[in-house]
Amino acid sequence: MNQLIDVKNIALEPDQLVHNDKIATPMYTSSELFEQEQEKIFHKTWVWVAHASEIPDKGSFKLSKVGREPVIVVRDRKNNIHVMVNRCRHRAATVCEVHKGKTSSFQCPYHGWGYGLDGSLRALPNPEQYGDDFDKSQHGMLKLRVESYQGMIFATFNEGIESLEDFLGAAKKWIDLFMKQGGGYPVKTLGEHQFSVPMNWKVQLENTTDAYHFPIVHKSFLQSLDEEAEKTFTFLDGEGFVEDLGNGHSVMVMIPELVDLEEDLDRKIPERFAELAQALRGEGYPEDQVRRIVRAVGGSGFNLNLFPNVACSMAFFRVLTPVAVDKTDIRHIAIGMEGGPDIANRVRLRLHEHFQGPMGFGSPDDAEVWERIQRGVEGGAELPILVNRGIEKEVPGEAGPRGHVSDETGMRAAYAMWKRMMQE
Amino acid sequence: MNTIDNENLLWQVTQFIWHEAAILDAKEYDAWLDLWQPEGLYIIPIEDVDDYAAVLNLCYDDDKMRRDRIKRFQDGFSISSAPPAVTVRTLSRFVIDALDGNTVVVSCAEHLVEDKFGRQRIWAANVRYTLTSTDTGFRLQEKVVRLLNSDGVLNSFSYLF
Repeated sequence: MNQLIDVKNIALEPDQLVHNDKIATPMYTSSELFEQEQEKIFHKTWVWVAHASEIPDKGSFKLSKVGREPVIVVRDRKNNIHVMVNRCRHRAATVCEVHKGKTSSFQCPYHGWGYGLDGSLRALPNPEQYGDDFDKSQHGMLKLRVESYQGMIFATFNEGIESLEDFLGAAKKWIDLFMKQGGGYPVKTLGEHQFSVPMNWKVQLENTTDAYHFPIVHKSFLQSLDEEAEKTFTFLDGEGFVEDLGNGHSVMVMIPELVDLEEDLDRKIPERFAELAQALRGEGYPEDQVRRIVRAVGGSGFNLNLFPNVACSMAFFRVLTPVAVDKTDIRHIAIGMEGGPDIANRVRLRLHEHFQGPMGFGSPDDAEVWERIQRGVEGGAELPILVNRGIEKEVPGEAGPRGHVSDETGMRAAYAMWKRMMQE
Repeated sequence: MNTIDNENLLWQVTQFIWHEAAILDAKEYDAWLDLWQPEGLYIIPIEDVDDYAAVLNLCYDDDKMRRDRIKRFQDGFSISSAPPAVTVRTLSRFVIDALDGNTVVVSCAEHLVEDKFGRQRIWAANVRYTLTSTDTGFRLQEKVVRLLNSDGVLNSFSYLF
């Protein structure tokens, strides 16, 4: 396992870069490999682009990315969702630079070509110069295939890929569990934190399934919690696990009693939510609903890591966008209850601000160690990057190999998928 | 209650804000905490709204969160704050927006340069101070820092604006 890797003489061959127990340094540093990943992974698989609640109405849109490619996610008048490359078919200018909003059409600012919400070319100034055989139907915006599951919208450039539900496979059960954070209401997004980190995107992909770092990197967050909450988040000695769910997906269960948020609702309400529970009672919510909402506000006890770019991470969506071999943009999207009690959603917002984002008590420390990795791989290129933790102790789980909560089973799952896709 | 003397008001608030800026660059956070009214709010919003409590912010700190945040900076267990980035900031373009009894609202521009790992980043913000005049000088009642591109992609911060 501690063998060096002859990086000077290896070609950028997937089976030389990724071993079951280790990966080679060029995985984080090779620009050539990064370009290949865009083509073979981000252009070929299902990539998360939005949550349905981000485009709630007819004409609602938001800008997103599939790999590096800018796309528009939009809901048309018939409630169909379209994802198209943000590029005019004439001379390539972006047709939209507003992050999100509502519109009835998109118009290129350069020569005024106008597109419908489904990306079709509707009109262009002075079309007669193109001659009689100009076919507008052949000049719509480049569209991606779109499918959603539980409000999570994915898009792909690959017309031949399996259905989204088949791709998610064993992960679907965990998405269903995650959405119980609606507390009886639909889940909606409540805003997002965005920050950029000088690191390779796979460092982020790994991190969502890395419980081992939590008590170290997030010690200062743990210290800011009350005793009971600190105990809840001290999970490395608990009964948690990481399981390979297939297709590069994995789940890391940190707090087993918070896997199914609707189970065992009679359990004592944690001290930090006592005030919220009392306020909900004051607003007339019956006790069973109070308990359901309060449980939902605390978030799920697991991270579901979906290959290649999104995670349902305890109480939020975590989305990565690869920008360059050493640059990755991160979005931490807060979620809450659509139509649920305002006081409960406000508690969720404050909890999100507490840990997440550029000024959270958690994210900046994550960002620091991720950047340290990118700085560290400048040296010792022949040294392997270890992903072997717990490899000898894995047992069969429901869907795939299962390891201790702090094991690197989820990283191995992601890298197996990486290798499979890069070899295709 | 300490009614504000209109005379030299701009100069008085400027002195206070520059003093606060020097404290923050020097990371004298205990002194910074002392500048606050206990019920004061330190807010770095993402969106331009009236009710910041109803939306997601970069930070929405009451007294407890401010103290927890400072403790995190000072205890040495947060890798991003040990050491933090070094900062140099200027605040200028002061405008007095409102004056009512012992409360004055001041808007200004902030430019901040941070340095860590030998890499420098530049940030700019519109800042709105709500200051309360007390027997011992101004105290922060509310401070709202609106970063440029607050709803876009930022970097993580190991200091305060």
